[in-house]
Amino acid sequence: MSETSMADAAALRVEKAGPLATLQDAGRFGVRRMGVTQGGPADLHAFAWANYLLGNDWGAAGLEITLGGLTLVAERDLCLALCGADLSATLDGEPLAPWQAFTLHKGQRLAFGIPRAGVRGYLAVPGGFKGSPVLGSLSCVTREGLGGHSDAGTPLAEGECLRIDAGALADASAGEARAVPMEERLDYLAPAVLGLIPGAQIADFTGPSLFRAFHAEWRVDARADRMGVRLTGPRLECRLDGMISEGIALGAVQVPPDGQPIALLNDRQTVGGYPRLGTLTPLACARLAQCQPGQTVHLAPIALGAAQSDYRRFIAALQA
Amino acid sequence: MRLPRLENAGVDAWLVRLFDTIDEANMPWLMALCRGCEDAFGTALVDLVPSYTTLLVHYDATQLSAGEARARLANILADLRPNEEAAAGAIKEVPVWYDESVGPELERLMVATGLDRQALIELHAGHEYRVFALGFAPGFAFMGSLDERLAMPRLDTPRQRVPAGSVAVAGRQTSAYPRQSPGGWNLIGRTPLRLFDQHREEQSYLQVGDRVRFKPVDRAEFERLGGDPRPVPATQEVRP
Repeated sequence: MSETSMADAAALRVEKAGPLATLQDAGRFGVRRMGVTQGGPADLHAFAWANYLLGNDWGAAGLEITLGGLTLVAERDLCLALCGADLSATLDGEPLAPWQAFTLHKGQRLAFGIPRAGVRGYLAVPGGFKGSPVLGSLSCVTREGLGGHSDAGTPLAEGECLRIDAGALADASAGEARAVPMEERLDYLAPAVLGLIPGAQIADFTGPSLFRAFHAEWRVDARADRMGVRLTGPRLECRLDGMISEGIALGAVQVPPDGQPIALLNDRQTVGGYPRLGTLTPLACARLAQCQPGQTVHLAPIALGAAQSDYRRFIAALQA
Repeated sequence: MRLPRLENAGVDAWLVRLFDTIDEANMPWLMALCRGCEDAFGTALVDLVPSYTTLLVHYDATQLSAGEARARLANILADLRPNEEAAAGAIKEVPVWYDESVGPELERLMVATGLDRQALIELHAGHEYRVFALGFAPGFAFMGSLDERLAMPRLDTPRQRVPAGSVAVAGRQTSAYPRQSPGGWNLIGRTPLRLFDQHREEQSYLQVGDRVRFKPVDRAEFERLGGDPRPVPATQEVRP
């Protein structure tokens, strides 16, 4: 269990755990040469806006709630922010919409039901949740057994408590003046267009395959998790068979011999050896992480400069 | 060395491709490139992933534009000299208990090579291996190159649970599983070492560039060193 200092205070108790709820911060960096993955929020966009609502750094540790099913009880009065998927949240039985800050009084229940739109909801607290960082990060990677509230990579379990900095309670009204701009409150049920920066092996795919890659409707497969999301559609053919394993960036879209692309997300393995169409932008990764199995997505080529400008604008808006 | 190539890997990463084939002689160049990036990028460096022939350089896109990052890499490459000192690599010893109970594929190797048990062990332990990359799991080192006679394809059906410490071969590579995980490599023995420990100062026992020697030990020594001698489960779970 994580060490707790006098300054930490119990904030939320898990009454019902649900399928998967994990602590995430900006991610684990400088460690990939040891085979340790990046971690961090699968939907950077919603995660960061939740922190913004409370005046936190965008990377402060928050809760990633996958597919709902979680019930939390407040151990004290709290100001919280919820962004991302609509997981049928209720506050003491009353519906609670995402993309807002709200107050949860001691003893009140925050419950998540079934996903109505999107897959992952993000819950932020003032100053971020507290715990013992592993390799510089609180991000929970279950496959590696690293990080999270327990520091052993375990998801939230019934009866456990999430802790916050007791001093941060004083800032509970910080979120009142802040709002997420309307255009940032994404409709996750709408067809997604994912920006993809073409990569070095793009010319090794056959012409018809390239046409299909950027014109087909791709269906999000049920084989989708924090490691990656498989897309099904027309078969893409690449003239390269396999490659010598090399470092894999966030959002890399690899195409194994079955011709069905896999977009690699936060918990991907650090190296891999399949040819790649290119790399999804960070915001495209975030959008894909909110697609339910069966939803359709389009891949749209985007120039590196434009993608980098989008990313910088996004980060700058959070710091405004 | 071929002309290096800089390949885009997203809004905040470049992949530097230095070579086209796996070779120990690549390592001094890759180590030098790692050092060069640490010096040239400073706080704008987010992560480095060296592997066999390439280096993935992940930088902070709020500090540097893609063009600026590319220019820095081009500068490093213009003056790149193999770093023999860094590339000499630390010598690491990995004790291994070679036994059918913890290395069920020893038998498969005996049949395939016609070598007896002792000859197989001598062949695997008699060579110094280089760590080319870490990946698959924290602390999992891809080491080469294995004697051609020991090169075996992966198992047709991967195991659901490979016990921690399992020493394995696949193709012309060898490795050891730091923790229990699924895996398709051929198991030939087990090390008592904890290859990855998040609470240790050097979390991963093996690092890219290290030179590794496997040292045969008997069961008593394996257990004295803290090894878990429970055999690899014979029956594999079937995925639902």
